[in-house]
Amino acid sequence: MITSGKGGVGKTTTSASFAVGLALRGHKTAVVDFDIGLRNLDLIMGCERRVVYDFVSVINEDARLNQALIRDKRVDHLYVLPASQTRDKDVLTLEGVDRVFRELQQDLGFEYIVCDSPAGIEKGARMALYFADEAIVVTNPEISSVRDSDRILGILSAKSRRAVESMDPVKSHLLVTRYNPERVELGEMLSVEHVKDFLGIPVIGVVPESESVLNASNVGTPVILDEKSQAGVAYSDMVDRFLGENRPLRFVTSERRGILRRLFGS
Amino acid sequence: MSFLDYLLGRRRNTAEVAKERLQIILAHEHSSRNAPDYLPALQQEILAVVAKYIRIDLEDIRVNLEREGDYEVLELNIPLSEDSKGTTIRATTRR
Repeated sequence: MITSGKGGVGKTTTSASFAVGLALRGHKTAVVDFDIGLRNLDLIMGCERRVVYDFVSVINEDARLNQALIRDKRVDHLYVLPASQTRDKDVLTLEGVDRVFRELQQDLGFEYIVCDSPAGIEKGARMALYFADEAIVVTNPEISSVRDSDRILGILSAKSRRAVESMDPVKSHLLVTRYNPERVELGEMLSVEHVKDFLGIPVIGVVPESESVLNASNVGTPVILDEKSQAGVAYSDMVDRFLGENRPLRFVTSERRGILRRLFGS
Repeated sequence: MSFLDYLLGRRRNTAEVAKERLQIILAHEHSSRNAPDYLPALQQEILAVVAKYIRIDLEDIRVNLEREGDYEVLELNIPLSEDSKGTTIRATTRR
């Protein structure tokens, strides 16, 4: 599950790139948009014109699951389940979501279900986190984002199925996005270590602030497919770490600055 | 921060300020995290009853929920007037 509490920190960007990364490594992956009423994953994935049925039509049994799943045209083993644009937030039910997830895993053989949580702590977000086995907490090095991530971690440890049924807790990972090492060194931004200390969960990646993220969303290509961009490489590393590989963090220190910029600031 | 900033005494480390503010707010929020959902409503209703009889200043009231062994202690601290030190209502429930 990809979560953050706060909006606009990069949940959907992360969901798209993470799912692409898993599929590129041969794992059959579904990425599910939980943001009912405000779907956006389809745009980031570049499949918005192929949406016919959606998550809600499957839950309401108006469509079969394999009718609603959109197969990605670039990457094998990757499918998108878009959210509906209905204004009724109560269409998601635990029973309905549970049934769809079982079908994805047991009947269709999906190895990973990546849930793109909506912002906030309302029903959609709680539905997305309820079934989570692992959570990627996307956090900007900024105080309101850290606070909201902390709240989400509290809810995960109390209201997820793993908590309710006294199973092993949800395994949470910290992904710091929009990181600017220059500003950290200038004392203008919280460092990844500080964010990690506040939230108390291990770091799975640091994605630097990068123009390539907006460029990627403009054209509907998840940024992980842009192998030349730092953000794309950072997401690739993060997927490897998730799968147990050892990858040292990159892009956490600033590149050398010229002597004049050092003297007079930038 | 540049050398020029340093010379001119324009020292400001906003990240440090952010850190301090976060430390305080997170500590506060963690202490109330395990409180039951009804606590704010319960607090309001108790205060409404007290306010019927005594003039109180809502700003000065502190509510605490603590766990002491098998007991949960709900503590309300209400200053009754300027010259009194305040009164404490303690409610204890066995879990």
